[in-house]
Amino acid sequence: MELLVAITLGVLTSTGVYLMLRARTFSVVLGLTLLSHGVNLFLFSMGRLTTASPAVIGLVEKYTDPLPQALVLTAIVISFSMTAFVVVLALKAAVELRSDHVDGEDPNEDRQ
Amino acid sequence: MDIGLLVFLPVLGAIASLLSRQKRPGPDHVSTHALVALIAPAICLLLLLSYLPRIQSGEALVYSLNWVPEIGLGLAFRLDGLSWLFATLITGIGCLIILYARYYFAGKDTAGRFFILIQLFMTAMLGIVLSENLLFMLVFWELTSLVSFLLIGFTWSSRDARRGARMSLVITGGGGLALLGGILLLGQIVGSYQISDVLAATDTIVSDDRYPLTLSLILLGAFTKSAQAPFHLWLPHAMAAPTPVSAYLHSATMVKAGLFLMARLHPAMGDTELWFSLITITGMVTLMVGAFVAMFMHDIKGLLAYSTISHLGLITLLIGMGSEMAMAAALFHLTTHALFKAPLFMMAGIVDQATGSRDMRNINGLWKAMPALMLITAIPAAAMAGLPLMSGYLSKKMLFSESLLVTAPHWANTLIPAWVTIAGLFSVAYSVRIFHNVFFNGQPVDLPHWPPRKKPAGMLIPLFILAFASLLVGLAPQATYDGLIHLAVMATSMTHLPLYDFSALADAQVPAMMSMIAMVGGIVFYLARGPLFAIHRQLPEVDAKNIFEQIMQQSIRFAQSLVYRLENGSLQRYLAFILVAAIAPALWMLSGYSGWQGPSELTEVNPMVAFGALILCLSALGVALFHHQRLPALLLLSVTGLFVTLAFAQFSAPDLALTQLSVEVMAVVIMMLALSFLPQTSPRESGFGRIFRDLSLAGLAGIGVALFAYAVLTRPAETISGYFLANSVPGGGGTNVVNVILVDFRGFDTLGEITVLGIAAVAVFAFTRDLHLKERVASAGSAKGFAEPHPVILQMVSRMALPIALLVSAYIFLRGHNMPGGGFIAGLVTAVALTLQYMAGGLVWAQERMLTHFRPLIGAGLLIATITGLGSWFVGYPFLTSAFSHMDWPLIGEFELATALLFDLGVYTTVVGATLLILANLGKLMTVAGPGQEVG
Repeated sequence: MELLVAITLGVLTSTGVYLMLRARTFSVVLGLTLLSHGVNLFLFSMGRLTTASPAVIGLVEKYTDPLPQALVLTAIVISFSMTAFVVVLALKAAVELRSDHVDGEDPNEDRQ
Repeated sequence: MDIGLLVFLPVLGAIASLLSRQKRPGPDHVSTHALVALIAPAICLLLLLSYLPRIQSGEALVYSLNWVPEIGLGLAFRLDGLSWLFATLITGIGCLIILYARYYFAGKDTAGRFFILIQLFMTAMLGIVLSENLLFMLVFWELTSLVSFLLIGFTWSSRDARRGARMSLVITGGGGLALLGGILLLGQIVGSYQISDVLAATDTIVSDDRYPLTLSLILLGAFTKSAQAPFHLWLPHAMAAPTPVSAYLHSATMVKAGLFLMARLHPAMGDTELWFSLITITGMVTLMVGAFVAMFMHDIKGLLAYSTISHLGLITLLIGMGSEMAMAAALFHLTTHALFKAPLFMMAGIVDQATGSRDMRNINGLWKAMPALMLITAIPAAAMAGLPLMSGYLSKKMLFSESLLVTAPHWANTLIPAWVTIAGLFSVAYSVRIFHNVFFNGQPVDLPHWPPRKKPAGMLIPLFILAFASLLVGLAPQATYDGLIHLAVMATSMTHLPLYDFSALADAQVPAMMSMIAMVGGIVFYLARGPLFAIHRQLPEVDAKNIFEQIMQQSIRFAQSLVYRLENGSLQRYLAFILVAAIAPALWMLSGYSGWQGPSELTEVNPMVAFGALILCLSALGVALFHHQRLPALLLLSVTGLFVTLAFAQFSAPDLALTQLSVEVMAVVIMMLALSFLPQTSPRESGFGRIFRDLSLAGLAGIGVALFAYAVLTRPAETISGYFLANSVPGGGGTNVVNVILVDFRGFDTLGEITVLGIAAVAVFAFTRDLHLKERVASAGSAKGFAEPHPVILQMVSRMALPIALLVSAYIFLRGHNMPGGGFIAGLVTAVALTLQYMAGGLVWAQERMLTHFRPLIGAGLLIATITGLGSWFVGYPFLTSAFSHMDWPLIGEFELATALLFDLGVYTTVVGATLLILANLGKLMTVAGPGQEVG
């Protein structure tokens, strides 16, 4: 199962990075979201993956590591607010620059 | 402490000068300025003189105060014979320069600026010679470069001044960098930056492997500062500065800083072959180049500049020889040079102002117009030439006799005496020239002012004092040496020395012969100047400033092209660079690493997990593959988010699952709103190469993350969470450890994070406020295709769902401390429920029914959380300590009351406010007939 989780994390990271390198703002937003999924899961998995053992005292015998969970919980909320911010930034750029290219002007791949 | 006062008095003086500056300068403002400016240096000089008895008794006064002990930087001053000699020269000549400048700047508005800068310079220079800490000294060292830059560029309207200033800054500043490296190395070798420690560690330094590098770097700093060949080029161009500056900085003091440094470190680093060859050869070359070129300069200040270079080379040569007697000669000459060169510069300034020219081809026969100036100038000129009975004669003779004593390298014992004799010959020639040419040599030619303007007699006072001092040194060398210089020499050799025997010098035969040769040769050389100048004119003209300027321009162009190649405005490229910078070192460090497989056994694959992972991967890949079709890609993205939620739920993280679920809903709604204003498709614009590059980067990043994750997961966990698990109930009063960590153990983090959330929401509000829909990019893709934007069934159902949803969120909120839930999750659930109302009923409908605005909600939430935290202060606990108790409520039963709940209420309020502020403002953009007022 460890292998499976590792591969999933790799796929999330790869697709996230690939999309972040695209030239259109919307693709970058998609990529950021995927990457934050990947990062959150990665952080979460640092506490090792156990089933049916939530960190609620008295509910179960053995508890999972609660610390990564607490960190990831705030990370989820923060990355949500950052996504919202980037979305609005993209909107504003698209409206004011009349292009949704990340550089705010017509594509010219290497500017050579 | 009063040694420290010495350094900082001139700064106070500079401030006083600054304050005494008048808005509208009156006719007499310069003399007021000069008087104010004179106070601090005069006090310094008196203080120094009062120290003389203690210095003469062989004491080294050290005052120190730790400043940044971690890096060995201290505020420490040291006053011994060497620094006393330099400090006295600096303050003494400084006073005379200020006196001179009072006349030089008469009637000029820039006088105030000059007096301020000159005092700042004095502080910097005193700092160099008085610092006990090498790092501290370096700060002053750089300060002199900066003030020198400002003073050379004093008349910044002149192109020459600007160029000269820049050139000097680049060369001396570059040398300063090398010196920094050298001093850091020296500090590492010795283990301390205190000069006392360095001087005591000679053997450690000289035997260290890093000694050659350290010495070279330090010498690079000293050579650039003291204008040694080939770094001497900045000095002639520094002559664009006003003459008092040239006389003070570029002849008497600043250029001697390098010599001071060499003399200071001589006991610690000297007396090696490397020391001898590096310094001696540099000194010899500088001596000869300076003396030779000086002869052919027609500009008076140019001649003096090259002559200064030559004399600096001479002193360097003596320091390089390194014997005690050579050191004595070096410091003796350093003193005499300061005394005779400064008045010559002052003379140049007077002549320049009186006649309007400095060109010696035009300036001739001034003796009739300026007889007093002629008489006073005769003394320093004779001293420079080294005529008998003059101070320069003695120091030159000391040089000659020292040169005869050099035996060590076989090339030196005949070459050096011959070399210095020839250089002496040149120096006689240019000394004769500057005196004879200016005051005699026929009639003036085409001078701008003829007859020359009258200069006030007071201007001659500083010249006279210096010339007189120079004369005194020549007449009573033994007394001067014993009283003042001998102490400095002992400081540079760290041994007790016999006094220098001037009577033996007077009897020495060979040095006298050498002096004679130089003198006669020099006069012959001067007489033959006509044909020699003609030959010199034939030589190709090399303007160092132009060459330097070209080099500068080229390096700027090179840097620009480099910058342009790296930073061309393409964000994609920057991002790729960042990724490469992150991946490449990891690749390099980890290539060949084989420990990816940890010791733990792999757990079995659960078919459900495998299925979930497969869907997760496929949907993520689908997003990447179909990202050109934006809406399908967004739907696939939400699938990814839902399966991440399931992953959290599967692996014992109910809180995370709940959070992720509600966040996912909000995020997809927001992105859909945004998508309605954006093009529905992304163009296929990436070329094959670009896609290949991005795929490689993405692939490497993914493989890296996967490998790291695998390596960690196959190793047993070592966690610090035991503390949290053990203390959650007794310390935090809650059984849901994740929530207790959030609101109690790590409550400060959470406070920070809801603050970020609030800021992001307010930023969204600010951005959307003046975004105008009329200018939307994708007008075609907007709100079309919906026959009924707010279907009736949805409206009715959502209205009924609202109370239930709010009840659920209240339940989740209240139980959060003990069961999965809490402020974050409850806030998000509330936000989702209200969002549904917005979607079903429309923005205007929902907004009218909102009881409050959202921004006050955010503020209130942050306030509640902060005040809860502050509350613990009042009962004497640290910020955000929680308290709790259990109480029995009628009907409900036992209920826990914790301050953490209050904190969580703050979190809840902030999350609701922030989320809805973001959503409502994005939604506002969509309603063509908006609510007519701002939302939030």
